[in-house]
Amino acid sequence: MDQNVENQGRLEKLEGIGCSRKRREDPRFIQGKGNYVDDIKLPGMLFAVMVRSPYAHAKINSIDTSKAKAYPGVHAVLTAEDLKPLKLHWMPTLAGDVQAVLADGHVSFQNQEVAFVVADDRYIAADAAELVEVDYEELPVIVDPFKALAPDAPVIRPDLDGKDVGAHGARKHHNHIFNWQIGDKDKTDRAFSDAEVTVAQDMHYPRVHHCPLETCGSVASYDAIRGDLTVWITSQAPHVVRTVVGMLSSIPESKIRIISPDIGGGFGNKVGVYPGYVCAIVASIVLGRPVKWIESRSENLTTTAFARDYWMSGELAADKNGRIKALRVNVTADHGAFDACADPTKWPAGMFHVCTGSYDIPNAHVSVDGVYTNKFPGGVAYRCSFRVTEAVYLVERMIDVLAQKLGIDKAEIRKRNFIKHEQFPYLTPLGLEFDSGNYLPALDKVLDAVDYKALRAEQAQKRADPNCPTLMGIGITTFTEIVGAGPSKSCDILGIGMFDSCEIRVHPDGSAIARMGTISQGQGHQTTYAQIIASESGIAASQIAVEEGDTSTAPYGLGTYGSRSTPVAGAAVARASRKIREKARKIAAHLLEVSPDDLEFDLDQFKVKGNPAKTKSMKEIAWAAYNNVPEGMEMGLEAVDYYDPPNFTFPFGAYLCVLDVTKKTGETKVRRFYALDDCGTRINPMIIEGQIHGGLTEGFAVAMGQELPYDEQGNVLGGTLMDYFLPTSMETPHWETDFTVTPSPHHPIGAKGVAESPHVGSIPCFSSAMVDAFAHLGTTHFNMPYNSYRVWQHAQSLGI
Amino acid sequence: MSKKTIVNFKLNGASTDVMVEPRELLIHTLRDKLSITGPHIGCETSHCGACTVDIDGASVKSCTVLTVQCEGSELLTIEGFAKGGVLHPLQEGFTQEHGLQCGFCTPGMITRAYRLLQENPSPTEEDIRFWMAGNLCRCTGYQNIVKAIQYAAAKMRGETVTTSHPLMAELSA
Repeated sequence: MDQNVENQGRLEKLEGIGCSRKRREDPRFIQGKGNYVDDIKLPGMLFAVMVRSPYAHAKINSIDTSKAKAYPGVHAVLTAEDLKPLKLHWMPTLAGDVQAVLADGHVSFQNQEVAFVVADDRYIAADAAELVEVDYEELPVIVDPFKALAPDAPVIRPDLDGKDVGAHGARKHHNHIFNWQIGDKDKTDRAFSDAEVTVAQDMHYPRVHHCPLETCGSVASYDAIRGDLTVWITSQAPHVVRTVVGMLSSIPESKIRIISPDIGGGFGNKVGVYPGYVCAIVASIVLGRPVKWIESRSENLTTTAFARDYWMSGELAADKNGRIKALRVNVTADHGAFDACADPTKWPAGMFHVCTGSYDIPNAHVSVDGVYTNKFPGGVAYRCSFRVTEAVYLVERMIDVLAQKLGIDKAEIRKRNFIKHEQFPYLTPLGLEFDSGNYLPALDKVLDAVDYKALRAEQAQKRADPNCPTLMGIGITTFTEIVGAGPSKSCDILGIGMFDSCEIRVHPDGSAIARMGTISQGQGHQTTYAQIIASESGIAASQIAVEEGDTSTAPYGLGTYGSRSTPVAGAAVARASRKIREKARKIAAHLLEVSPDDLEFDLDQFKVKGNPAKTKSMKEIAWAAYNNVPEGMEMGLEAVDYYDPPNFTFPFGAYLCVLDVTKKTGETKVRRFYALDDCGTRINPMIIEGQIHGGLTEGFAVAMGQELPYDEQGNVLGGTLMDYFLPTSMETPHWETDFTVTPSPHHPIGAKGVAESPHVGSIPCFSSAMVDAFAHLGTTHFNMPYNSYRVWQHAQSLGI
Repeated sequence: MSKKTIVNFKLNGASTDVMVEPRELLIHTLRDKLSITGPHIGCETSHCGACTVDIDGASVKSCTVLTVQCEGSELLTIEGFAKGGVLHPLQEGFTQEHGLQCGFCTPGMITRAYRLLQENPSPTEEDIRFWMAGNLCRCTGYQNIVKAIQYAAAKMRGETVTTSHPLMAELSA
């Protein structure tokens, strides 16, 4: 057989890195055999419903549960009083604050958890929840973080009375959480004083929600005889949950088993530990029966971990040619009633300091103030690493504002400021080391693909015609993300370094099982991890089972969020595979009676250098591992790797968007969206494309309609899908995707992570395009979301 | 609590009796009592379509219909699609065109798309986007769902179909 044809056949059979392998997950999902948390059914299982506060701020004078308890079919009604003896009425947050599990005499946001009703089924539990009588005494409400810092503002957190120092330093006011600064303030201020040009822009990144299609929930089952606690939970970080549950309950981690079953989308919403989970666990321990608690959609949208709500003031200093000299940023961050951000411990504003972007900015200073308001807690990432969406939005908006002020084209000003390819690794003024990047070819590729000059010419023509019914806006972003948290020297959660792990066992027949500390929520880990193992160890992907999410079998890992699965766990997978390969090499050498150095690895076998007919396949080697190994070698073929990354990874992209806005109605049509992503080595192009489509669609949702507004009484106004915008197939634009490949130099296979880039990169691109539509009329910015009403209002304000 | 009644319907071809309260929603009966867990609960307000089932030839969001309303009806859920171990063309299309990620919306999507192809065997992209607008997906951005339905439509018309994601496309390029 022709050697090339044979190799091609072996490559196809291997289904390694670079293949558009069809997903291993699909057969169960397309046949309705997924196993999501609400599908779990255990003998004797009870169902629980949460009683929540209708008021955003109130004192609780009393709670009467007697009627609810007397209702037939009700087994328990828990309040803070029941949790107090267990010291579980409050719980620590990942941000160093505490959060009420059930309200302890005081509620500080609407729909806060007050009581937990456990009954035979969901109907009885819902009936009985209505019978819990709570005597509230309303208190004044603050939903505006700036008003929250007024000297006479109501105290949102009476439990913190007298605490002048929080987890991140001094608190300057009773509603203040922290001030965090980074960068050289004096140098930056000097650069501003000396600058030829400066621009400033305020912007609000609205409070939004991930709204995964599956809400959060759990099934807790405590076995009193064995003393074992098993919890099925929609968690993006099952091992972290196990550690938290251990801390809260004093049950040793060896007695706790957390299982993340199939997860119906996470996007950052399913990282934290929520009061319902704790209550379900307590109820199961108290009642000795399994207890299921599943959020309703409204509970999910109004209580479970919002994202963003950042009030940002950006400033740039530059010369007349548009070369940026300094960036200065001040942020007021609305964290809601409890600081329940899920950031690495040392970073109260996450990785916001990536806000110098793809640009060679010599000086920068950032200051972030976290503030309490009477809104539900969160501030977690939404399809991005910690606060990276906010950071990228800030710098991409600011460079547009500068371009507009100087009359320089938006593509041109980016080119003038790009970190050049030869400058990598590049140390930013805020202390990050960008490992790799190649920004100029990416942008040029996009500009060529869309014929940027022709678009600008068309726009000029439309602007010149007062009778043109539409405004045309062209948006550009050239973003750099930071993902793959992270190096344990700078990143930990609850003191545990943010490594990740992989364990591979090769069976005697040459098939294998791999177990990981991460957990897929739709990313296709079962498919792609097997591809990495295939390329690195020579075992066909079809012969590899990938298992995640069960803490009783998986090695400890920090979970899946912040695009960390490929950069961190993916590296562990590659390294564990290489350990397998190197042991296999020794066994093959033993079988072939040559030295290991005389062998070369060839896709799925080892062959003797200079004598390619003498080979041992991985299948043969696997069998030998269980009966014929070199003297002194342990039997078996398995490997474990715990990978602590030396750095983050820095995926980047260049996006371009063309919008047509109807002047009379504010309706906006996305005519074209071209997204070029560079995620380094591409493991499965089909899955990458799918991730990018999804990220762009979530970006479109945020830019065009998502918002969780509050009225002055603290009522959340976006609490159902009636009000909260999720785009349908009708509104969602057609996406065009493209790529370049700049491998990460420190990652074993050069991969960087991809799923979040399209969300992070597209949102400022939509803003860039929307502002561009009005730029000739003097608009430099207006806040999202760009629903038709808001756009129409803006057009009206400009008299068009 | 009110008195329970027995409801009879045909579920994926099998005659089924189930005892329910008159207020019980079909999605809860299917999931909690009949082990039909393919249809999911995403919103409880009939916006998301994750609970879509086919009742007497119409797509119905089973979170907003009472089980007692289904007396004598014929119900088709995702569990009734594959026959004798052979996938329905829609199930095949969703895999071949990568029309799903987390899989939570997929049973509802496929059930809705089935009804579309019953009524319109050759839908345009615009037709598909219009027909599928009652089924939300947070993962895919719909583009590959459209392709998956086109794939299935072509296959059901007897045409030859291939994936738009050949295994080795990028490696061979």
